[in-house]
Amino acid sequence: MRGVSVLQALRYRGRQGMVSWTLHRLTGLGIVLFVGMHVVAAFFLQQFGDPVATAVTAAYESWPTQLFVYFCVLYHAFNGARLALMDLFPRLLRYQHELVWLQWAVFTPAYLLPAFFLIRGALIPV
Amino acid sequence: MSIPQPARPSGSWEQLLWTFTRLSGLALLLFGAFSLAMGFIFGGRTQLDLPAFMRWMFFPNPNHVVNSDIPDVTAGWSNAFWQIYSLLMVAMASAHGLNGVRMILEDYLRRPLAVLVLRMLIFGLWIAALIVAVYVILAS
Repeated sequence: MRGVSVLQALRYRGRQGMVSWTLHRLTGLGIVLFVGMHVVAAFFLQQFGDPVATAVTAAYESWPTQLFVYFCVLYHAFNGARLALMDLFPRLLRYQHELVWLQWAVFTPAYLLPAFFLIRGALIPV
Repeated sequence: MSIPQPARPSGSWEQLLWTFTRLSGLALLLFGAFSLAMGFIFGGRTQLDLPAFMRWMFFPNPNHVVNSDIPDVTAGWSNAFWQIYSLLMVAMASAHGLNGVRMILEDYLRRPLAVLVLRMLIFGLWIAALIVAVYVILAS
């Protein structure tokens, strides 16, 4: 992937593997970003009651951030499980395209159902 | 048609990290599934809301559930077992995550000096993450 420009990357049509690869990287970075931010913000909030840390905490406790973090963790988990299982059992590579569709079939309800309850819980007070 | 083979990197160190990434990823899934299941066994279905349950699943720390309807977190939710468990989880997750960041950045770095500095930085961040984790987990 060295020396590939954004334009070249957008023109490249790698289909399923390209989508999985890109999403796996982006969701992985999203998790690192969230966890790092959370650790730093929680430290400054608890030790000093810092107003910036309070604002950051409110931002990541809001429901859109929860949806984003849940997407990152769930996609990274399912896609990583598929990759790890294919690498440990190379015979599965015969069915790699089917496995991607299976992954989306499991991911979609596993994401949308909790997402529905997260949004409902945030918008409609109990 | 022959069976395709996984793109395993060569070189013992890179190959070790390649294997570690896969095994720790699967292990983290099992850790998450176990803390989710134990949360249900402890009665989390009626005592936690969905965000609190997710926080507990990703990092089983009493601070993550203390503001919920649990009458007493010391009953099951907070003990030495969860401390050791979450320490293992953080050690694996931070190594897995920081190694992933290293791999992404090394795709965009050409100069050997830059790669060396990046690796030292990543290693320092990992040690710092472990120290913070030990402090947070033992203090809660």
